[in-house]
Amino acid sequence: MATAVSPSQVQEVLFKELEPMVNDTSAISREATFEDLDVDSLDLVELSQVIEDEFGILLEGEDVKDLKTVGEAIDLVVARAS
Amino acid sequence: MPEGCALVTGAARGIGAASARALAADGWPVAVNYREDAAGAKAVVAQIESEGGSAIEIQADVSDAAETEAMFAELSERFGPVLVLVNNAGVRADALAPQLSDEEWSRVISTNLSAAFRTTRRALGPMLRARFGRIVNVASVVGPRAHAGQANYAASKAGLIGFTKTVAVEVARRGITVNAVAPGFIETKLTEGVDGWQDAVPARRAGTPDEVAACVRFLASPEAAYVTGATLTVDGGLSA
Repeated sequence: MATAVSPSQVQEVLFKELEPMVNDTSAISREATFEDLDVDSLDLVELSQVIEDEFGILLEGEDVKDLKTVGEAIDLVVARAS
Repeated sequence: MPEGCALVTGAARGIGAASARALAADGWPVAVNYREDAAGAKAVVAQIESEGGSAIEIQADVSDAAETEAMFAELSERFGPVLVLVNNAGVRADALAPQLSDEEWSRVISTNLSAAFRTTRRALGPMLRARFGRIVNVASVVGPRAHAGQANYAASKAGLIGFTKTVAVEVARRGITVNAVAPGFIETKLTEGVDGWQDAVPARRAGTPDEVAACVRFLASPEAAYVTGATLTVDGGLSA
């Protein structure tokens, strides 16, 4: 079941999960693109699972495939939770 | 052993039941899935528990998306994520191709192939997070090798092998292996009434469910961590 979440909560979770996935953790930001971070489609599947586990929000393939930046992912999760 | 469980579909009898027992012997809590044979599933659970293992029977028609999702949700609550998935549920509906009905075609594809896709899709997310997973798809020598009257069954099993290889390469770098076993003629209800195989099998006998389960057990084990995208044929030399 989805719970209301704040952008900062989602950001904290996503940033933490991205750290082991990227070469340069200092590059992680809302504006960073997944492409620049070298985060690929399998990584996005894993991030979707994290979102489901942490916030109860199911993100399917269609939801994720057009996400370009970390900020878009954060905003999507917040929108789904509200 | 990571925290989670093993799910064997179609585990009330035959290869599924034997696989459930084998995985339980290795310490996995096992979900014994069945569609209709509740008594069979309960007997498998009872045997596992009598041997010191942990198991539950869980009803779901894996050709039904909603029932499959409900099954995974229940298992997640009880045991944690499914980290070993054995897609064993399978049916036959034999007829020569010109006489196969749409229903016979769809039913076999739905249970034997589409269900495996659905359970795999559902299981992979938690496996990715756990950095561990074992998926074993029970295919068949009928797939790569023709057997008249089983075009639908062959298509489903050949498709399952292709699916196995593709998913294997998608997830290999996350510690998840995806393999298939391809049984030949095994003494189960599914092969009752199938004739004309005896002279073709070099071993001159049918295999047993336990012999297939031993292969499933190996593929699910830590020792098989570098085996992925493979099909292990268990057929007494039929395909050689």
